[in-house]
Amino acid sequence: MSDFVSDFWSVYISVIVIAGVVGLGYLLFSQGKAVAPKQGGEKVDITGHVWDGDLVEYNNPLPRWWMWMFYITLAFGAGYLALYPGLGKFQGLFGWSSVGQYTKERNDAEAKFQPLYDQFLKQDVKAVAADPKAQEMGKRLFQTYCVQCHGADARGAKGFPNLTDNDWLYGGDPATIKTTIEAGRHGQMPPFGAAFGEEKVKDVAHYVMSLSGKKHDADRAQRGTETFKAVCAACHGPDGKGNQGVGAPNLTDNVWLYGGTEKTIIETVTNGRNNQMPAWKDFLGDGKVHLLTAYVWGLSNNPKAQ
Amino acid sequence: METQSTYNYKVVRQFAVMTVVWGIVGMLMGVVIAAQLVWPDLNLGPWFHFGRLRPLHTNAVIFAFGGCGLFATSYYVVQRTCNVRLISDKLAAFTFWGWQAVIVAAAITLPLGYTQSKEYAELEWPIDILIALVWVAYAYVFFGTIAKRKIKHIYVANWFYGAFILTVALLHIVNNLAVPAGFMKSYSIYAGAVDAMVQWWYGHNAVGFFLTAAFLGMMYYFVPKQAGRPVYSYRLSVVHFWALIFTYMWAGPHHLHYTALPDWTQSLGMVFSLILLAPSWGGMINGIMTLSGAWHKLRTDPILKFLVVSLSFYGMSTFEGPMMAIKTVNALSHYTDWTIGHVHSGALGWVGFITMGSLYYLIPRLWGREEMYSVKLIEAHFWLATIGVVLYIAALWISGVMQGLMWRALNPDGTLTYAFAEVVKATYPYHFVRFLGGAFYLTGMFLMAYNTYRTVFVGRAVDAKIPAVSAHAH
Repeated sequence: MSDFVSDFWSVYISVIVIAGVVGLGYLLFSQGKAVAPKQGGEKVDITGHVWDGDLVEYNNPLPRWWMWMFYITLAFGAGYLALYPGLGKFQGLFGWSSVGQYTKERNDAEAKFQPLYDQFLKQDVKAVAADPKAQEMGKRLFQTYCVQCHGADARGAKGFPNLTDNDWLYGGDPATIKTTIEAGRHGQMPPFGAAFGEEKVKDVAHYVMSLSGKKHDADRAQRGTETFKAVCAACHGPDGKGNQGVGAPNLTDNVWLYGGTEKTIIETVTNGRNNQMPAWKDFLGDGKVHLLTAYVWGLSNNPKAQ
Repeated sequence: METQSTYNYKVVRQFAVMTVVWGIVGMLMGVVIAAQLVWPDLNLGPWFHFGRLRPLHTNAVIFAFGGCGLFATSYYVVQRTCNVRLISDKLAAFTFWGWQAVIVAAAITLPLGYTQSKEYAELEWPIDILIALVWVAYAYVFFGTIAKRKIKHIYVANWFYGAFILTVALLHIVNNLAVPAGFMKSYSIYAGAVDAMVQWWYGHNAVGFFLTAAFLGMMYYFVPKQAGRPVYSYRLSVVHFWALIFTYMWAGPHHLHYTALPDWTQSLGMVFSLILLAPSWGGMINGIMTLSGAWHKLRTDPILKFLVVSLSFYGMSTFEGPMMAIKTVNALSHYTDWTIGHVHSGALGWVGFITMGSLYYLIPRLWGREEMYSVKLIEAHFWLATIGVVLYIAALWISGVMQGLMWRALNPDGTLTYAFAEVVKATYPYHFVRFLGGAFYLTGMFLMAYNTYRTVFVGRAVDAKIPAVSAHAH
């Protein structure tokens, strides 16, 4: 695809560039002819202009080394523009393009590295997790692609799940982990602030706090029970143990994605939460996803203990 | 016509003092943000966060410190080399107060978070309009003064100042074209890769014309004056002037190598950046060779030391620049500390040193003194600043190359050897040394402020008489 809407611009650019390089060469040539006087000593060639009392100018010739350096850069520029794109639409004699270079480098890398990953596809996830070499590779992949959200220690951060605690939003068996990595996840909790009103939100929050044995206001928790059973239980279950089918967290285990303080829980209930993990299948390919699955599964299922 | 018999030094004095004041402010901001990179806890609230203080630092040192230095010296040089008073005292005064208003507006709005998000062009549209007005007045005063000159030939320093004034007007207006969407909010009229290209056409020519051509103008007056030597080669100044101002215009795309910018544009940026080496070095050669024959003065004259070291850093950074514009080198250097080190070898080494040297020449003459209050303090300033620059750029060279190598290092399985955070961690010691270098440089600036204060305090503002045009100067 051309970068130009019309050939005019291609010609326009080429003409200015060529005229510019030739013009610079001519400037240099026309001024470079003067040479230094044969004998050394004081330079006698003074322009004769005087400014501000004592500012005067010699008119020494251009230093030869400088002049030749200038010519060399001009020649290099001309050569480069003959070989590489630069003069408008002209692609250059090498036919090089940045897209071409990228594609080639990427393909070369795929050809070289892909077999290293694909060799593990033959083994199941648990076997891969038991292979120290595979775990090492998985860790590197994790440190490249996952670390930004889940952290270098995989313990997550606010809004990003801890992957080491064997507590799972969607399930921790190898197949589910793989699905999560391949297709991503979109966790959504609707906001209830408007529907409940401030008081009711607070009541529900205290009920939620009671579920994991946190200090709470018993009266409020009592009042919140009803709302919880009527509304929240739809996803989090009547006992608050969550539902991995829809990614609804277990509220009884004192593991918190956004925090378990009264303030944070009220914030969660009032405004809801929206959480997204991107899909990696197309970007990473099967081999790398398989290794990552094994690595993440291994984080909370130490294979050596089995 | 009493006022016509003297040069207008008042506006020069005002700008000269503010150069020192804004130098301290801008460099202090630099030291603060360098410290924030080492001790992140120093990012206090939204107003004093790195992201907002960093543009304040760049604007303050380039446009406040550098800008005031250029106004001061260009007004001084154009009058003395044309043998006439500035064409309009009122407009000159307007440029002073207008420029100070721009700087104060920047110092308020940048920490408040008002920005166009264009590097070195962050200021929002109302301030941009004020800048344009001041600049038009500046152009009128400068070129009007040239037009009524008593000396037929225009001195080489004025070519460079003139090119700087014209080009900055063009760059500023074209890059800041935007649709206002409220009092302090606007949207660029360019989109996508075109916006990026216009921005870096501006950005690199801000370096080229604001920080290079203009300061070459300064160099062409103060180096021969302080050395007491003729300019080495008129012919060389002709060639390198025209080659420089033509070629700089093309170099911007090297800021956008390996981006969505079309391949042909990137190639042209690289080629012309390389061609720029010789024209840039022309100025260095002319400066250094002008000093040749006065080398013995370096032992006793710290002002000359400032000037010769500035030319050395100029030569070094204008060699480094074209090298970094080569795509293969750029693949390593881009986005690393190396770029920041490169900018500072130009900014601290060249722009800072040439300005300080020139001001040390200028200030006593504006206040009727033979020399600054203390030459020893100039000497101390020189060494503090030199140690500061060397620490700064050496630290960022090392950390920059290290970052580039760590980012591209691959394991045998094709994964990255280092996580990003590991690279950040590895740069800590170098960022500390860089903070130290900045602190040295800033300390030197405090000495300059004290020295200036004492000189002004014991001196008396004088406006030199305009001498009769000498017999040679026809």
